[in-house]
Amino acid sequence: MNTSHLTLRGRCVVPGVAEGEALVTHDRISGWGGIDSRTGTIVEVRHALRGVSFAGKVLVFPGAKGSSGWSNAFHLTRTFGVAPAAMLFTEMTTKIALGAVVTRAPALTDFDGDPLALIETGDWVRVDADRGLVEITKAAQRSKASS
Amino acid sequence: MKLTDAEQAMLDGRDGPAVQKAMDLLLRYGRALGAERLVETHNVVASVSASTPFMREFASQHGGMEAVFSQFSLDSDEVVSIPKVRTFSVHTQLGFDPAQAERMGVDEQTVQFFRKGEAFTTGLGIQATNTCTPYQVGNIPVRGEHCAWMESSAVVYCNSVLGARTNTEGRESVGAAMLTGRIPYWGYHLDENRLGSHWIEVDTDVQSTADWGLLGYWMGEQVQEQVPVITGIRSTPNLARLKHFGASASSSGGVEMYHLVGITPEATSLQQAFGRRKVPNQPLRYGLRERRETLQRLNATGREAKIDYVMLGCPHYSLEQMWELAQLLEGRRIHADVQLWVFTARATKFLCDQSGYTRIIEDAGGHILSDSCSAMSRAVPTGTRVVALDSAKQTHYLPAILGVQAWFGSTAQCVEAACAGRWQELAG
Repeated sequence: MNTSHLTLRGRCVVPGVAEGEALVTHDRISGWGGIDSRTGTIVEVRHALRGVSFAGKVLVFPGAKGSSGWSNAFHLTRTFGVAPAAMLFTEMTTKIALGAVVTRAPALTDFDGDPLALIETGDWVRVDADRGLVEITKAAQRSKASS
Repeated sequence: MKLTDAEQAMLDGRDGPAVQKAMDLLLRYGRALGAERLVETHNVVASVSASTPFMREFASQHGGMEAVFSQFSLDSDEVVSIPKVRTFSVHTQLGFDPAQAERMGVDEQTVQFFRKGEAFTTGLGIQATNTCTPYQVGNIPVRGEHCAWMESSAVVYCNSVLGARTNTEGRESVGAAMLTGRIPYWGYHLDENRLGSHWIEVDTDVQSTADWGLLGYWMGEQVQEQVPVITGIRSTPNLARLKHFGASASSSGGVEMYHLVGITPEATSLQQAFGRRKVPNQPLRYGLRERRETLQRLNATGREAKIDYVMLGCPHYSLEQMWELAQLLEGRRIHADVQLWVFTARATKFLCDQSGYTRIIEDAGGHILSDSCSAMSRAVPTGTRVVALDSAKQTHYLPAILGVQAWFGSTAQCVEAACAGRWQELAG
């Protein structure tokens, strides 16, 4: 079995197609007070990705937590040009739904497998939200192809 | 999503382009959620203000306040003319206190722009309550009322304490709600989602607002965004305690609804709180050990005992808390190296002026500010490195936002620290 290319199917939250390097966290993300909207960097003190930017990345995470400023904080990442390329998440809330809509990055949820288990930071991920399809190229395979 | 004829007419442009954009956003948002329809609402808590230099810049480049509202309250790149609001709408806290801008390090240009913006939003019919606690200044929905509220600490109060129904809305969805009188019928608007998921048994006395803050902070970490049902509370908490409790739980997790058995309206019994769901066999237990560990986690950034700043009033202090603070400070003097700022709603500050609390607090060297808080404004006294707080929520946010060290404790502990200039950890 070829394990270097994987696919997931999910439900469309925000339509569109995008691809990029995966940034994966098992921690929920706080919007307002949890990210710096000007740089797309996570700033929450005890977050696993503290200091890491999600700009242009396919952000894979459980979902949103914290302030109702979530949507505005992510809306501003779009305004500043540092939004994620796409969002894949597993827990639906109003914060993440509205946040994804106004970030306007393709987004999916309700997957047939666990994206948090199957996708690792550094994998290349193509998100076709219109078709509900995620195509994953594992980082190991990518480095082999480029060497 | 299924739309009523009236909703379809709004989407088709009957009520103009702003209402059309609003309905379009509600549809995109509702589909993202997987909602089947919208529900009527006549009660909105919203942030529409423009109180940052960025917003000023955006307004000047894109077409003034209507451009700010179009983009950030309706998610519309096209600038549309904004009509008066259709629903009762009150404003959340601001980015600064316009009456004390200088103290907060806000320049005159920003204040002038804010005032222009506020004239625009009050002109639309949005009430300038400017508080994170609308339920303290005249917006108290009744049980079962469908609302569209922002501000996580207000949302959890609305659902849990008042028994009204709201999800945690954001700036764009409340913007759309105030123009259409609609919000997606999803989440906490539906009976089945309001039932308990976790059972928590409290094994220790929970008395002060700090005690309630610690319990809430621990509970949020345990249940994340689920619905906890709490038993073992020995004395009925007041508004301020539940205000701190919910604010903590919504910061450490994403709690939007909880039940206190025998206290909150949808939990006259453990069975009622869980409804059709099964009551778990074993509760999660909160005792002295959990309390101590939570306090240690909250105080993770605190290293130096010498403090520069005491911030109270997150969420905005109740009138009762202002009275308590005045009693703690009466006849005392805040240390020369320490600033004490307490934040409350503007309406509450008027009452403090009338009742003499303002004079007592100012005589001790403290300052009452309104409309904002340090986390929202990123404003602290010049040179602040170490902060003392009686709010778990503010302790959660302030070190992340400003890189300061923070100590969390009771209001009395904060007042002692303010007068001594040093933080003293209490045993246990």
